[in-house]
Amino acid sequence: MTTMTYRQALHDTLRAEMIRDENVFLMGEEIGVFEGSYKITAGLLAEFGERRVRDTPIAEEGFTGAAIGAAMLGLRPVVEIMTINFSLLALDQIVNHAAKIYGMFGGQTSVPLVIRTPGGGGQQLGATHSQNIELYYAFVPGLKVVAPSTPADAKALLLAAIRDDDPVLFLENLALYNTKGDVPDDDTPAELGRAKITRQGRDLTLIGYSRMAHVAAQVADQLAASEGLDIEVVDLRSLRPLDRPAIIESVKKTHAAVVVEDDWLTYGIGAEVAATIADGAFDYLDAPVRRVAMAEVPLPYAKPLETAALPSVDDVINAVHQTLDAVGRRHQKVGHD
Amino acid sequence: MTNQMHAPRTPAGRAAPKKSTRAKAAARTPAEVARLVGFYRQMLLIRRFEERTARSYTQALIGGYCHLNLGEEAAVVGLLSALSPTDYLFTNYREHGYAIIRGIDPNRVMAELYGRTDGVSKGWGGSMHMFDRGHRLLGGYGIVGGQVPLATGAALAIDYRGGNEIVMCTMGDGTANIGAFHESLNIAALWKLPIVYVIINNRLGMGTSVERSSAEPELFRRATSYRMESSRVDGLDPIAVADASAHAVATARDGHPYLLEVVSERLRGHSVVDPAKYRTEAEVAQLREHDPVVTFGARLVREGVLDADALAAIELEVTARVDEAAAFAESSPAPDVATLFDYNYASAVPNDSRRLPGEPLFEPEPLPDPGEAT
Ligand SMILES: Cc1ncc(C[n+]2csc(CCOP(=O)(O)OP(=O)(O)O)c2C)c(N)n1
Ligand SMILES: [Mg+2]
Repeated sequence: MTTMTYRQALHDTLRAEMIRDENVFLMGEEIGVFEGSYKITAGLLAEFGERRVRDTPIAEEGFTGAAIGAAMLGLRPVVEIMTINFSLLALDQIVNHAAKIYGMFGGQTSVPLVIRTPGGGGQQLGATHSQNIELYYAFVPGLKVVAPSTPADAKALLLAAIRDDDPVLFLENLALYNTKGDVPDDDTPAELGRAKITRQGRDLTLIGYSRMAHVAAQVADQLAASEGLDIEVVDLRSLRPLDRPAIIESVKKTHAAVVVEDDWLTYGIGAEVAATIADGAFDYLDAPVRRVAMAEVPLPYAKPLETAALPSVDDVINAVHQTLDAVGRRHQKVGHD
Repeated sequence: MTNQMHAPRTPAGRAAPKKSTRAKAAARTPAEVARLVGFYRQMLLIRRFEERTARSYTQALIGGYCHLNLGEEAAVVGLLSALSPTDYLFTNYREHGYAIIRGIDPNRVMAELYGRTDGVSKGWGGSMHMFDRGHRLLGGYGIVGGQVPLATGAALAIDYRGGNEIVMCTMGDGTANIGAFHESLNIAALWKLPIVYVIINNRLGMGTSVERSSAEPELFRRATSYRMESSRVDGLDPIAVADASAHAVATARDGHPYLLEVVSERLRGHSVVDPAKYRTEAEVAQLREHDPVVTFGARLVREGVLDADALAAIELEVTARVDEAAAFAESSPAPDVATLFDYNYASAVPNDSRRLPGEPLFEPEPLPDPGEAT
């Protein structure tokens, strides 16, 4: 084990994979000379040269599409899109092409591509630079979408994504780059498509991913200390495929769930999780599934408005309390369990 | 159709310095002198405003991304001098100077940077998203190239109504590589729209040079693909920019879109938090030498347009103006949380979501009596 930041884990993994496999190369805006907007690729141009670390023009559609084409010939491009907001310019290439090519051509050509891109919010970047729109990709068959929350997962999931034969959208988070954690020294990839129970509990299930997995863990710790609550935390890690069995198994145990997400409520990732629970654990639920999500507005720049619009730890705690209240009322009424 | 150079170029695209004489100044009319002094005052206002912005940012009075017009002063002032008040301006996230020179009160521009209710965008937009319908500044856009199709559409609206206004759309050199740039220029040329596209070529995207990002780094030449008239001008000389802009604007008003490349400088990093380590010492030294505010001030003194006292007086006036803007911004109230949903839609609609993150979709109701169910 080595303790390192999420940023370092990504950097080291990219480097190790480039050493391991000549077909792995990097493309993106400002990743070379500038060393990356968030410095994930620092030093890699100097080490590997321009053939393998390619600064692109500001042309998201063009270079993402080019990466898809290169992947069709068996290269393993890892594309950095500066933030997920700018991936919208490449949406056509990702959704109409990367996601379609394997199936539409009868499985003749796979697209072993990774698109790394951070989401975020809460840094006063305004409406166009603060969106969490991973849902757009999680919605699309043919894509895989992962969202690591820890340095260890950043490494294990990036290894898996690069070695996988399908297009993987690898969601990072501006707020996580400087967070630290223990990272295993061996290079065992994670299994894509699997959630992780990061905290065992019996009273309620908190479900999150990326930054919100941290918020969920923080709330669980806080409520354990202050009220002796025993909360289970599920870190989704993979948004497509969604690990429905892990969600259902946890809720069958706790009988209550709150989903915390950094995207918008209506039609968001949490909606899919809640629908999954309604479908697979209806008879086990003692309270409605609550979702805590961003207020549905273009995120304002002004700090008080931005703060109000983003889900906070207190919002999650309130939702947990209200959910447990609902559980209590039900128990009083029907006297079950 | 011509693709011409307004100024002789050195290999870097910079015009050779002009030899000016005092004799020239003697021949100037009072109106010409006033114009030159006006240019200088405006350039200095941008300079001091942006320096103040950088300071306020380090004091955490301004947040988010913040890109400055330092080095671009002559370009801003020259370009906008050719617009009439009814013309429209679309620009990018590096737009504080454009907002001020367009005539918007610096108090309101600074208040926007501070995220306050008196800001041009009421504190909703921030540094990258200044907007003022009255002054026909239609944004301030943070997505690279986002403004280019929009500006083209505004020109379409003018043409549709048979109006006499034009649209000016500015962007950076890196932005000329976005697909929408090409799509837009083609559409504008096909439909003969009244628009001037301006590329501010500061020879850098964030840290990537124009030579490393554009296969044709003489960006004005791209207009030939669309049979559009274009030219390149020295962006450190406000007079040259003003003349080039006047020509471009007249061409657009005549129903012919125009591409003007303004070769400019970026004195500091891409944004206030970028230390610009990718620049060499020699480059940085050269930048100081090219400083458009300093060189234009010196030129006006050399040509007898201004003397040292007059320069000092302008400095005092401009500094006071910027201090006032900062004081105004600091005293302007922050938006109230109760206004968070005020701009959800222009036309109200039932079932609109107005929920804070912690609020439930449905308030808890009494549980149905199990015996009641049938
Ligand atoms: C679509 C999109 N991609 C990337 C970015 C990030 N970004 C912001 S400014 C910038 C560089 C733009 O360079 P240029 O057009 O030359 O303008 P300058 O900043 O030099 O004025 C980049 C890559 C963005 N905002 N939008
Ligand atoms: Mg530039």
